[in-house]
Amino acid sequence: MIAFVVRRFLLGLFTVWLISVASFTIIQLPPGDFVDAYIAQLAASGSPVSATEADMLRKLYGLGQPMYVQYGKWISRVVTGDFGESMEWRRPVTEVIGDRIWLTLLLSFAALLITWGLALPIGIYSAVRQYSFGDYAFTLLGFVGIAVPNFLLALIIMYFSFKLFGANVGGLFSSEMTIQPWSWAKAWDLAKHLPLPAVILALAGTAQLIRIMRANLLDELRKPYVVTARAKGLSETRVILKYPVRAALNPFASNIAYLFPFLVSGSVIISIVLGLPTVGPLLVKALVAQDMFLAGTIVLLLGVMTVVGTFISDLVLMWVDPRIRHQMD
Amino acid sequence: MADPILSVRDLHTQFHGREGIVRAVDGVDFDVFEGRTLGVVGESGCGKSVTARSILGIVDRPGRVMGGQILLRPQGGGPPVDLATLPQAAMRRIRGPEIALVFQEPMASFSQHYTIGNQITEAILLHMGLGKRAARARAIELLDMVGVPQPDRRIDEYPFQLSGGLRQRVMIAMALACDPRVLIADEPTTALDVTTQAQILDLLRDLQQKRGLAIILITHDMGVIAEMAHDVAVMYLGRAVETGPVQDIFNRPRHPYTRALLRSIPTVMARPRTRLPTIEGSIPHPFDRPRGCAYHPRCSEKLGAVCETHEPPPIDTEHRQVRCFLHGGIPGAPPGTQP
Repeated sequence: MIAFVVRRFLLGLFTVWLISVASFTIIQLPPGDFVDAYIAQLAASGSPVSATEADMLRKLYGLGQPMYVQYGKWISRVVTGDFGESMEWRRPVTEVIGDRIWLTLLLSFAALLITWGLALPIGIYSAVRQYSFGDYAFTLLGFVGIAVPNFLLALIIMYFSFKLFGANVGGLFSSEMTIQPWSWAKAWDLAKHLPLPAVILALAGTAQLIRIMRANLLDELRKPYVVTARAKGLSETRVILKYPVRAALNPFASNIAYLFPFLVSGSVIISIVLGLPTVGPLLVKALVAQDMFLAGTIVLLLGVMTVVGTFISDLVLMWVDPRIRHQMD
Repeated sequence: MADPILSVRDLHTQFHGREGIVRAVDGVDFDVFEGRTLGVVGESGCGKSVTARSILGIVDRPGRVMGGQILLRPQGGGPPVDLATLPQAAMRRIRGPEIALVFQEPMASFSQHYTIGNQITEAILLHMGLGKRAARARAIELLDMVGVPQPDRRIDEYPFQLSGGLRQRVMIAMALACDPRVLIADEPTTALDVTTQAQILDLLRDLQQKRGLAIILITHDMGVIAEMAHDVAVMYLGRAVETGPVQDIFNRPRHPYTRALLRSIPTVMARPRTRLPTIEGSIPHPFDRPRGCAYHPRCSEKLGAVCETHEPPPIDTEHRQVRCFLHGGIPGAPPGTQP
């Protein structure tokens, strides 16, 4: 089992390296480079850049060199923790990303907890009371949750909370707190702002997970081992929670791996709508400006997080399902 | 003969679905005695398994016990308890300590997520008031009793680590965990190969002799019935069409369906490459149960119109019961007359 974990870990490292190559290549693929985008941007605002200036900039960032040289320079600095300087912001990438990465993680984790907290009991209820009024109601809500784009939901909720409670729900901090250094007051402010965006982010995933849980549990409820458990004289609640629910839990574990990348790349629009200081909107801006080091770093981070998420979900699956544990021996 | 431990009287279990009502069990009667085995035999879909689940009160929805009595004689005497009307909470104290169940598929009947020890001790902890350590000791003892080698090591294994025969032994140990008086074995050997089958049947007989267990053995295999049962109930479309001691049923079958079943057993004495006699037609769909005697469309000894219009009543003769107009009960005729 330890050998399996170690092997998985090494494979993960290898995958991360592949991701770094791929992300660097993809960022280089569009025609032109940061300087072209920069010149175009300045020209649009009425201050043209001369050819010599442009050449100087290219030399500064090493843009004229072949791609593998650029990659080599970049990756050798990345492994030492230096992610380069953002060309657009003219500040170190780590500083630009700063708290955003932790806020994104926090938001993902909160959304994950909400997804599980809602999907698990509703999924169980819908399966055990199949075709009841409650089941139909949740099914309807679930399909609405899947069908309605999340950013629209975000807009609607923002509108009503502003209209009804006079609350401005954008962002993760109150405006006066945004630039303050971390303190208990700021953390409390974050705690107050966190639930709403987390719920909105969680809803689509929740609806899907309810469907998965319901379908899985319906399958499991028909299996003979459930009758065996009943024949022992266990209470119905105990029977269902101990046996079929446990067997239907696997998708919850595998869900961990996909959630983080989904929250970063799939929820860019919500983040923009709600003004969330997460990584998503930053990535979009960096890509538009061809801000190589910033975009490269974010894509690399996403890759690492996905690999780590998969690794964690593998460990959780091993813990949940003894068959997986024993197949490896 | 002593009083039966368990008497089923006129049991009706129905499934109310959108397409209509399925009368899975439609008036079954039988008695189960201490230390004896009742074999319940019939084709697939005749309501054998639903009868077993009805006794334990664990029929899957939308099925429900709609009528009849399931009388369990309490340990140490007293008036019998009707399980059909017992509230759920009281019923849960019957499942396990009084009546236990062994299933056809030993693989699917275990949860793959817990060790066999966990699944055996669960019932012991629930019903017998033992501590964890004592419950584990009892589980090891049970595994040893059903012939599982190295029980103290096996107890911590998962069901998928055991062979089919071993799993069925563990299943029996689990059923016997709380010392039940009645064991319902629903096709306990169907999923096993022949040698393992014989071992499991031996084990059941052995346990019965040691503990005076009453066994309800559900099977479609007449061979298993001949080997194991003391009494037999032959079921057709939710009814016991013939019941009686095993020798009588085999030597002098009275219902045409029983005779047909016995004719269709392959024997080693038969000439090679002769076709086995089969029962004509197939079991009617449960929604579309024939009027009159349910067996009449397939019956080779049909009397005529009376079989198509009237249901034969149970005819009792010394320890036996049969539902067929061949043996009387024709409406209008004086009782007891043979046609």
